[in-house]
Amino acid sequence: MNDTLIGLAERVRQAAAAKAILRIRGGGTKQSMAGVISDAATLDMRAYSGIVDYAPSELVITARAGTPLVELERVLAERGQCLPFDPPRFADADGRLSGTVGGMVASGLAGPGRAAVGGVRDYVLGVLLLNGRGDLMHFGGQVMKNVAGYDVARLTAGSWGALGAICEVSLKVLPMPVATTTLRFDMRQAEALETLHGWGGQPLPLNASVWWRETLAIRLRGAKAAVDAAVQRLGGEVIPPEIGHAFWEGLRDQRDEFFIEAREAAARENSALWRLSLPPTTPVLPSFLDTLIEWGGAQRWIVAPAEDTLVMHRAERAGGSAFRVSGGVGDGAGYATPLAPALLAIHRRLRDSFDPHRVFVPGRPMRFQDS
Amino acid sequence: MPADPGWAPSAPPGVTPSMPPRADEPPRAPDAPAPEPARPAVSQQALVDALRGLVPAHALLWRGEETTPYECDGLTAYRERPLAVALPETEEQVAALLAACHRLGVPVVARGAGTGLSGGAMPHAHGLTLSLARFNRIVKVDTRARTATVQSGVRNLAISEAVAPHGFYYAPDPSSQIACTIGGNVAENSGGVHCLKYGLTLHNVLQVRGFLADGSPATFGSLALDAPGLDLMSVVVGSEGMLAVVTEVVVKLTPKPQVARCIMASFSDVRYAGDAVAAIIADGLIPAGLEMMDKPMTAAVEAFVHAGYDLDAAAILLCESDGTPEEVEEEILRMEAVLVRAGATRLEISANEAQRLKFWSGRKNAFPASGRLSPDYMCMDSTIPRARLADMLLAIADMEKTFGLRCCNVFHAGDGNLHPLILFDANQPGELQRAEAFGAEILELSVAMGGTISGEHGVGAEKLNSMCVQFSETERAQMLALKAAFDPQGLLNPGKVIPTLHRCAEYGRMHVKRGALAFPELERF
Repeated sequence: MNDTLIGLAERVRQAAAAKAILRIRGGGTKQSMAGVISDAATLDMRAYSGIVDYAPSELVITARAGTPLVELERVLAERGQCLPFDPPRFADADGRLSGTVGGMVASGLAGPGRAAVGGVRDYVLGVLLLNGRGDLMHFGGQVMKNVAGYDVARLTAGSWGALGAICEVSLKVLPMPVATTTLRFDMRQAEALETLHGWGGQPLPLNASVWWRETLAIRLRGAKAAVDAAVQRLGGEVIPPEIGHAFWEGLRDQRDEFFIEAREAAARENSALWRLSLPPTTPVLPSFLDTLIEWGGAQRWIVAPAEDTLVMHRAERAGGSAFRVSGGVGDGAGYATPLAPALLAIHRRLRDSFDPHRVFVPGRPMRFQDS
Repeated sequence: MPADPGWAPSAPPGVTPSMPPRADEPPRAPDAPAPEPARPAVSQQALVDALRGLVPAHALLWRGEETTPYECDGLTAYRERPLAVALPETEEQVAALLAACHRLGVPVVARGAGTGLSGGAMPHAHGLTLSLARFNRIVKVDTRARTATVQSGVRNLAISEAVAPHGFYYAPDPSSQIACTIGGNVAENSGGVHCLKYGLTLHNVLQVRGFLADGSPATFGSLALDAPGLDLMSVVVGSEGMLAVVTEVVVKLTPKPQVARCIMASFSDVRYAGDAVAAIIADGLIPAGLEMMDKPMTAAVEAFVHAGYDLDAAAILLCESDGTPEEVEEEILRMEAVLVRAGATRLEISANEAQRLKFWSGRKNAFPASGRLSPDYMCMDSTIPRARLADMLLAIADMEKTFGLRCCNVFHAGDGNLHPLILFDANQPGELQRAEAFGAEILELSVAMGGTISGEHGVGAEKLNSMCVQFSETERAQMLALKAAFDPQGLLNPGKVIPTLHRCAEYGRMHVKRGALAFPELERF
């Protein structure tokens, strides 16, 4: 077995024995979301990096957790393949896109293509997991159809370290689309939502959508003939490919105008940036300072006054949930939609079994209040 | 300091398994929680007395002639009669039945249509079989959100039929779709012939609602694309009724493709056919369906359906494209070019829907056609990397000689999912045992090739031994602990899917390291 891997497992065992705590880190791009706890030692996964296996005709790539996401995508692109769910790569303090494969799975975050093609969980086929006892365990595998035992591999997507450190991951990949076109429409929010619901029910190659400040943009992807036919049918303004590409990449990595402004405002402490996950047909929510809508209405980014606590209630009333990404007042309760008690009990017992000594400090989205 | 707010250890003693032995230590006595509840069995009379009054009289069966129809699922070799069968009609009744069984410590096995092929719904001798057959209502179709809310006993095909007038369908199409229920599909994470492009059950379900072992309600997933906390739905789907009893499912609906066309291609060598599959994927194509049949299978189905299959071919591929007319036109041309380059000896493209269905008729009838060749057959189910398809076929040909039994092969080639059909005669002494050994060998080789012992039929009661080959002791202990997190008393479908450490020790076959045999120097092929 690889020495680095043995070393990681040994550190966890020592921490468990010493009742110490560890914070798992990759590229360090999601620390503000994860909420760093300063007295935890770091289990740095960047040391365990590299592509383990890649056979393009299997549509599967296996990589170590510390592999930079940009590196993984470069290797895939050489063979005309990609991760179709546009995982955000984020930039570190120096502006580099340093997010890792392990961080992508642990956070479970996906970008503009999510509604059309599925999320991180849908592409995870297998993981090598290091639990809180220092045990290395394989779950899932490298094949598309696999129902042997519980699908623990997919459970690690979005687990924020609560089950352990993801050391290796096998991902389903797809061929790059033959054709991509971006269309732009002038539209108010209610009309944009209704239009998207209508298009979603038709066999159109609709791959991504975003609405912001009276403008709707959509991305069409698929066979060239299908994209061309959709452009003819839907109308709108065709955006030049290079501008369209840069726009979706900016949105994906949360570096575009909306996110920059929202984070700056949050940093000035007079507003907060919220992410709302909603049933897509949720009607227009009452006005906030600013709103950006993705995933055909299922993901809404809201800028609200710092003291506004109604945001979360509105999300929950609509059958969804809310997470305050940055800014706002106070921490703890009110930060995110709480779990139902029955599910919280299951979460506790899962933690008891995967990490009985509470070695790992999970990221903020996986920290729940005792109720 | 408590760096971990909200995660204070809370479980009562006994929930957490103690540390399993490491690979480099000598094995210790098995100490993970056994899935079988270690308590005296409750008598039939006591159970019936406790449940009577919770459901209408006609919804509780316990006499032998009433419970016999429930003694097995599609895997008829495994049979057991439950103490009783309940057919609740409301969620309140499900909750009450579960709470009563929880109080008595009686195992509960949920059941849909009973079409499963691995014994997952086989009753527990000391338990209650909970049939969800009466949960057969389509609650809501929302065409704007493209979802349908259905009770768990609704048949897979009934969903597609109900939403067809709106131009939608439910994509996963297991071959039993005419009879199998969505609750059963959720339990097995069922696939079908179109999952390379459209995904498995998990990818087509948004929310699963039901009850935990103690009768408390639980909702997994949501109508949004994600929900707070761990994505528990991803383990509930495919958990074979061991984590929760499902009463309602929200499925995603897919717009019906305008056109579908299919190419039927013949190959003179299984290796060329296997390479053609890899070449199609490598060319950037994702066919709506990509299926393969070997020569014995082709001969069997041709005699059954008379579809005009090429009887001289060593293997036949069915390759389908669906979408808009423009898309399909473009894809079919590319597929044709790849198949010709890969050495196809004969190639036919469906000109119309009738011809396309004719191409598929043989593949869809592979199982009944095999039934005509032999008194009995055993349908295996495993997945391997696509590139190993030809190697597997050749290895199976060798095994036919070793075990003295014939085997026909159909593959969901696009997913690398194999369905070898081992032919035998249970009336001939020793043939069943030889067929089982043949099947176990295929599964073990699948793991050695980097694959898995079950692609879509589940582990159930059938493949417990093979789980010992695929997973290490530590991994199995972790899965047992996961079960205990949902069901601390181990009452839901106990004894299935995850073998106890003790059972694996008795089976005596070692855990095969992924993609590599334990002793690579030994000749195995």
